[in-house]
Amino acid sequence: MAERTLMKGNEAVAEGAVRAGCRFFAGYPITPQNEIPEYMSWRLPEEGGTFIQAESEVAAINMLFGASSVGTRVMTSSSSPGISLKQEGISYCATAELPIFYTNVVRGGPGLGNIAPSQGDYFQATRGGGHGDYRVIVFAPKTVEEMANFPRICYELAFKYRIPTMVLADGILGQMMEPVTFDFDPIDPSVFKTPDWALRGSKPEERRVIKSYDLRPGKMEQWNFRLEKKYDEIREKEPRYEAVNIDDADIILTGYGTAARVCESVMALGRKDGLKIGYVRPITLWPFPKSIFKELGEKVEKFFVVEMSLGQYIEDVKLSLNGKSEIYLHKRPAGGIPTGEEVLELTRKILSGDKLKLVA
Amino acid sequence: MYQGIIMSGFGGQGIISGGIMLAYAGMIEGKNVTFFPAYGAEMRGGTANCSVVVSSDPVASPVVGSPDSLLIMNEPSLARFEDSLKPDGLMIINSSLVNSRSTRTDITAIEIPVSDLAEEVGNIKTANMVILGAYAKKTGAVSIDALKNSIAKVYLRASESMVELNKKAIDKGAEAVS
Repeated sequence: MAERTLMKGNEAVAEGAVRAGCRFFAGYPITPQNEIPEYMSWRLPEEGGTFIQAESEVAAINMLFGASSVGTRVMTSSSSPGISLKQEGISYCATAELPIFYTNVVRGGPGLGNIAPSQGDYFQATRGGGHGDYRVIVFAPKTVEEMANFPRICYELAFKYRIPTMVLADGILGQMMEPVTFDFDPIDPSVFKTPDWALRGSKPEERRVIKSYDLRPGKMEQWNFRLEKKYDEIREKEPRYEAVNIDDADIILTGYGTAARVCESVMALGRKDGLKIGYVRPITLWPFPKSIFKELGEKVEKFFVVEMSLGQYIEDVKLSLNGKSEIYLHKRPAGGIPTGEEVLELTRKILSGDKLKLVA
Repeated sequence: MYQGIIMSGFGGQGIISGGIMLAYAGMIEGKNVTFFPAYGAEMRGGTANCSVVVSSDPVASPVVGSPDSLLIMNEPSLARFEDSLKPDGLMIINSSLVNSRSTRTDITAIEIPVSDLAEEVGNIKTANMVILGAYAKKTGAVSIDALKNSIAKVYLRASESMVELNKKAIDKGAEAVS
């Protein structure tokens, strides 16, 4: 296995994708994810792959539609405003069941916003993103090492279920450097069997069609129910989470990505002072790991949500707890980064009965 | 142990690569490290700064709001970061380029003619190594050896003679605080 090395998050997710067999990337620059296309521009040609700097985000996502239609492992990346531009194409990939992989290195919004780290795109990522009734699988890394290793899992699930998959990061995870060890050896894509749905040009065998709609009466409804079956299977089989110190917890701290790092360290600090803090973080944001929250809601009175947005992630926590526990929220949008000190202080207050941050 | 460090100076002084070296040195000594640059519309001659954390525990946030140590390479950096330094914190100032002095009385401020010492070593571009050598010697957060072993890992295209020159600059900085 590879040696331990210091990598930037953006480069790690790009290298992770290449090692997982990605051989086509199309993208358009935007801060704070520019190192991804920069890295791909020299790295993919080394492996015989193709890098295209597209003329726009819309062009890039539609290039992915084409390249993915022949069964290639493909990737694009952008940051919030650019991902918004790609949503139409992502919706088309979702309905055509194309296994594309993309990364959103979230920055402050709405609109142009700023280039600071943010988690403001949670709803967009977990509710599909574009128009229509669809979902994409969303992984939320909390370290640069996970940025490096999640693309392989994303591709595996993308091809298993024929569904778009994404890594939802933020400006911190994209820009920071941390030690990385890859947990898999580079995969040569020639070992992949060409999928039985992939287009092959004008061969005389049976006709294969990749399309996004069926206009015959009633057919589009059936189409949606077919997609739903797949989503239900994913909801059942693919949720992933991490839960620590939950057995004796008086309070559960929860967040994802960068916010999860803060929750985790506050748990460690608080435990040293005798505070019974547990910690849960979803690794997949969709499918959301409902069951662990449901289970904990039966025995833990207080949940403290930390997010770098105005109460988006908390919606899924609420839906999962279903009114069973008190839920507190600390929010830092568009460049606000929660510090360990402030979250520990708030945790102490909540444990001593302060209701200031209570939202449900 | 936990050290949150901010290194700040002009673009072109090796602030970003110096910060990466510090993180790399911590990594090869088995510590938890993060490096986080000020990113966006940065340019040569403008300001550049980065945060580095070297810690025995996992690092929560790589953004250092209140640093334990400040490495100040130019005049504007002193004004910008002086107040953020923790009480009892350490400030190393490049007195070759910084004329002002810290007004804080609750910290340790060390003034070293970093740029002049780099020129003595043979190349002003090694100023970042001089201040890192001083920092490592003063705090022990990373060892001098780990710093030296990181040079060729971070500067991938550096010739052997450049690596040697950078090692000398690290020693020069360490001597300045001995």
